Amino acid sequence: MFVEILISAGLVISGIFGIVGSFGLIKLPHPMMRLHAPTKATTLGVGGALIASMLYFGLIERDLSFHELMITVFLFLTAPITGHFIAKTHIHRNENKDSLPETGTARPWATFDHPQQEQEQPEQQS
Amino acid sequence: MLRKLLPHPLLTLTLIIVWQMLVNKLTPGNLLLGLILGLVIPFVTAAYWPNRPRLRNPLAIIEYTAIVIWDIIVANVEVAYIILFKSNANTHPAWVTIPLDLRTPEAITVLAGTITLTPGTVSSDVSACGKALLVHCLDAPDPDAVRDQIKDRYERRLKEIFE
Repeated sequence: MFVEILISAGLVISGIFGIVGSFGLIKLPHPMMRLHAPTKATTLGVGGALIASMLYFGLIERDLSFHELMITVFLFLTAPITGHFIAKTHIHRNENKDSLPETGTARPWATFDHPQQEQEQPEQQS
Repeated sequence: MLRKLLPHPLLTLTLIIVWQMLVNKLTPGNLLLGLILGLVIPFVTAAYWPNRPRLRNPLAIIEYTAIVIWDIIVANVEVAYIILFKSNANTHPAWVTIPLDLRTPEAITVLAGTITLTPGTVSSDVSACGKALLVHCLDAPDPDAVRDQIKDRYERRLKEIFE
């Protein structure tokens, strides 16, 4: 009974965050802000469903499965990369050197750094 | 010689464990296949990983993971609140520059991934010299506070782990 409540809670939480993430995609006005909304669907939204699935198979079906853990790990590894791609595309298309804050270092942001410049002032990478 | 055959012992171990979890059944055959994959993949990809990342304090990873998971949950609720109850005119998106003290590429990658995973912040770009990170915040009335929090909460701990 207690386990069933936990499983239902996981499913409900995942559903709520899934719908809030999708709603944010419609509601938020700016492309960079919209990028924040779907990050919820991948973390707590998917996480809740995976925890529920793990509890169900582990405690009720008595067949412990590691696949949910693997899905979580792979999601957490790949989600930042897709986010970074989208952000980078946005910077290329809609931003310029002046619309972004200063780097505070000698070189500009990597997106605006031209390879010729690199030859002029070589900087050693550690 | 051993270094050439086993360029990344930790990667080998990780691959073996991941393979066992993927097939979900521990048999000698699966273990052998996992071992072969764990030996072949690091050997083939060794050219892309010229240096071994050094872990100074591996136990701190557990603490770091726990903190990040807790922050993900808290930040999820915060962002859900912003989406549902705050008007668009009242949210203040901002770009924040984070000067980096970390120098190893692996540590910077983990930091950037952590920033993106905690909802409300997305790491968008790195400066060409790798000494600053560009982060976009969904709602940051005080961008300096965001910067200080990231530096103190995540970067300090990553510095303990990697450098």
